[in-house]
Amino acid sequence: MTLGQVLLVAALAVPAVGAAVVAAVPRDRAARLVGTAAAGLTLLATAALATGDRGWTAYGPAPALRPWHRLDVSWVPGLDLRFHLGVDGISYPLVVLTALLTLLCCAYTVWKVPDGGGSGRALVALLLVVEVGILGTFLALDLVLFFLFFEVVLLPMYAVIAGWGGPDRRRAARKFALYTLLGSVLLLVGVYVVVAAAGTADLVALTGGAGLSRGTQLAAFALLGLAFAVKSPLWPLHSWLPDAHTQAPTVGSVVLAGVLLKMGTYGLIRVAVGVAPEGARWAAPALGVLAVAAILVGSLVCLAQGELKRLIAYSSVGHMGFVLLGVATLTATGIQAALIGNIAHGVITGLLFFLAGAIKDRAHTGELAELSGLRETAPRLAGLLGFAAVASLGLPGLAGFWGEAFAVVAAVERGGPLWTTLGVLAAVGGALTAAYLLRLLRRVTHGPPSPVVGRLAPGLAAAELTAWAPLVLLALAVGLAPTLVLGVAADPVAALLEAVLP
Amino acid sequence: MSLVQSVDNVALLPAYLAAGTAVLVLLADLLVARAAATVAVAAAGSVATALGSAVVGAGGERATFCVGPDCSYVFGGRAALVGALFALLTLGVLALSGPSLRAGRSPVGEYCFLLACAMTGGVVLGAAGDLITLIVALETLTLPLYVLVGLRRGSVASAEAAVTFFVVSVVATTLTLLGAALLYAVTGGLHLDRVGALFAERPELLDVPLTTAAVALVLLGLAFKVAAVPFHAWAPATYDGAPLPVAAYLSTASKLGGVVALLAVVQHALPARVTGPVLAGLAVLTMTVGNLVALRQHRTVRLLAWSSVAQAGYVLAPLGALALAAGRSDDARAAAYAAAVAYVVFFVIVELAAFAALVALRPAGADGGTVDDLRGAARRRPWVGAAFALALIGLAGLPPGLAGLFAKVTVVRALLDGGAGWLALVVAVNAVIGLAYYLRLATRLYAAPAPALPADAAPTPPLSADAAPAPTLPTGAAPAPTPTPALPADAAPAPARPTEAVPAPVHPGVAVVATLAVATLVAVVVGFAPQLVLDLAAR
Repeated sequence: MTLGQVLLVAALAVPAVGAAVVAAVPRDRAARLVGTAAAGLTLLATAALATGDRGWTAYGPAPALRPWHRLDVSWVPGLDLRFHLGVDGISYPLVVLTALLTLLCCAYTVWKVPDGGGSGRALVALLLVVEVGILGTFLALDLVLFFLFFEVVLLPMYAVIAGWGGPDRRRAARKFALYTLLGSVLLLVGVYVVVAAAGTADLVALTGGAGLSRGTQLAAFALLGLAFAVKSPLWPLHSWLPDAHTQAPTVGSVVLAGVLLKMGTYGLIRVAVGVAPEGARWAAPALGVLAVAAILVGSLVCLAQGELKRLIAYSSVGHMGFVLLGVATLTATGIQAALIGNIAHGVITGLLFFLAGAIKDRAHTGELAELSGLRETAPRLAGLLGFAAVASLGLPGLAGFWGEAFAVVAAVERGGPLWTTLGVLAAVGGALTAAYLLRLLRRVTHGPPSPVVGRLAPGLAAAELTAWAPLVLLALAVGLAPTLVLGVAADPVAALLEAVLP
Repeated sequence: MSLVQSVDNVALLPAYLAAGTAVLVLLADLLVARAAATVAVAAAGSVATALGSAVVGAGGERATFCVGPDCSYVFGGRAALVGALFALLTLGVLALSGPSLRAGRSPVGEYCFLLACAMTGGVVLGAAGDLITLIVALETLTLPLYVLVGLRRGSVASAEAAVTFFVVSVVATTLTLLGAALLYAVTGGLHLDRVGALFAERPELLDVPLTTAAVALVLLGLAFKVAAVPFHAWAPATYDGAPLPVAAYLSTASKLGGVVALLAVVQHALPARVTGPVLAGLAVLTMTVGNLVALRQHRTVRLLAWSSVAQAGYVLAPLGALALAAGRSDDARAAAYAAAVAYVVFFVIVELAAFAALVALRPAGADGGTVDDLRGAARRRPWVGAAFALALIGLAGLPPGLAGLFAKVTVVRALLDGGAGWLALVVAVNAVIGLAYYLRLATRLYAAPAPALPADAAPTPPLSADAAPAPTLPTGAAPAPTPTPALPADAAPAPARPTEAVPAPVHPGVAVVATLAVATLVAVVVGFAPQLVLDLAAR
């Protein structure tokens, strides 16, 4: 085994073993520390995946998907399932983001276990299992394996929401589980539509269409697209998201918004577009229209939203709309915008949910009507919230800018009346985004302190700062140097589009 | 042709072992007259039967009772798998029966004897090569169950369940027999392969109306046995009224028997062009109705019963691919049969684990109770609760219940290979409906115990629920002789009350916990190595 293969296995095995150990350690706080250490090791392993030879040295025409490292072991030949992992420029940033957010969530849980009855130990174990599922989804190079990891996430996340969430958590968790299971069973059918027609589940061989007939590609894209649209989520299939985000505990919301939604957009780029390019071209206009609808609907709902977490949740619908618009254009600019938009949304919305959780924990309410004047009593918290909101609305120089601006640019570049209109409408949506985030800031941070805000202590715990600082720095870093993400993604995206658009 | 048949006794060894177990159990009960000895003999016999099946099956296909090329008893790979499964399920159910036997709810000797008889039927069923052997074996499997269902002393529900089961099952057998007779009239053959070959040679036979009637009757009769909708109405009432271990046997071994019989006739005898559409329709109806009704169940065993109705739909689904021309290529057919067998193997393992966990969580000899009775059970008994939750998740077909997940994947794959994408979508949507009630049950296990529930409120639901099956009886079996179960009705509450009113401390036997552990372990192993099951199923 090469170092790369060891790292690939370690990225999945460390959190899996970590979860088992956490469940076995009897003392709660020690278990949480062990879990955090496992998450830290996972981050190291995933970060180290960037090492090694990235060139493609094999003879013959280069395939459309050139993983830096890969591991390919037979698992269930009867079901065309191989344990086939790999990482490339499209998945690498998401892999590292997943490991980072999980580490921050585990560290945050060491400091504070959400109310709701469950033990912190179990929460950390579940977070690690969720991490295994998400990392596996991003690393899988076998369609069936991809589906398997896609499913792994579902029940642990359900348990996180149902076990540690807000007052209406059971309903929200059930809705989350049923909606996303609907998505993943469609994925199952889509996967085997492809496998039955192509005779292989190897994504490296399948990327670019692999001689699938037009009918198969349309059917496959319809199924896979629907599956990922539920997960992303795309309007009008988004209605599970606001409930789940609002009811989930802070760390659950962070993982949910930060990386879980990305499984949908990543799957759309890697699997749906990669495997059924003709289907993607066929469905692109519909996808674009729905994405812009999501942007507009998300922003308008946010403008009227009165609850802090719910507002941030709906803002995710809008932001993911930009990402999906970028994918729908099927241009290099658009897909790059989608990738960086994914990362930016993960970082910024993760931070926003951390901050919203901190405010709700302190004030015991998330109603905007009862919050005001935060900067008078808790200036640091208000400052960070301002930073995150401004980053989220897409101020140039911060991470949020690139994804949104270039999704619009890609749509306009694509040309034609439809795409130009979509670009313009998306730009209007961007303006609405700024409007609702500024409204949020005005309601929460400005004005005279409300009674609940007046009782707040000004300080921030060290654990909170530790958990938030990396996200603040990343939002700045990705904003100032987008090449951090785009540099590694440029070649794979070019190769993908070469195969997808002959 | 010689009139003296040479009998291959090695091929018959598993059947001898199973039948011998039954006889030995009877003798042990008569001569030794100690419960432990009787149970031990039955357990040893099941182990021997399982081993015998495996050993004989490993040596290649053996056939006996042959007339020319047609054999009535063919012990091949599938028969070995079925035989071993029946024996192991019998062993498992025997272990689960420990608490209720010790509680004196059922006579030990009769109980073990009947279980061993049912096992004999199951072992022969897997090897049946003609319609008569098949039907007789299926009846040998079912007949003891009528008695076992009604064996709980002093329970009206139990007696009612037995009568319902008996009446429905006998009607079903009659239908199958009539179908077999008509098939004989059309083809002049009873051996499965011979009938199949005749239909292949002379397709004009398919146009005879009598053929359609015969095929329909055989299929519908067997559909009763697997509790496929619309022939399912007996199952929930029967499962709920039966003692828990017998319900476990009904939903695993008995269901396996129905599936094996159905597969045998569909694979070897009946023309796919006729059976395909019927089975596709049955599959869609079965899983959809089963899942939808399960959503509204409040009694645990009823919920599991309806869920196992739905699961039968998933088993039948791959056979529905035969409805399409693309599904009738040899590869696709083989894949469909193998998928159905693989699904049923995955299913019985997980279902046995679920029932074992339920037995372990309920007081000795109690019935399944309501879903609310299980509230917070996993907090009191973390390991058993976790195993129950894992089994339920496996039935729903999600990780970490990988065995169930791969079962669903196998079915969907076989359907898409056969070109039946629409049926795959139906399966997929049903998996979502299924998750709703499995989750409800699983989360109830982890829910905080109800704070305001006084201790004396608990016995009320079981008592009222004991009477609950009564109204469903007329709908389940219209001609059921209601006066018979009405006789013990007056006496029933009296013996029931003392045992129910005292919240007996839950001490499941070691055997129950061991069964649960083994079933869970096997489910986990085949979850990580599903190829084992797929290979066995394809033999």
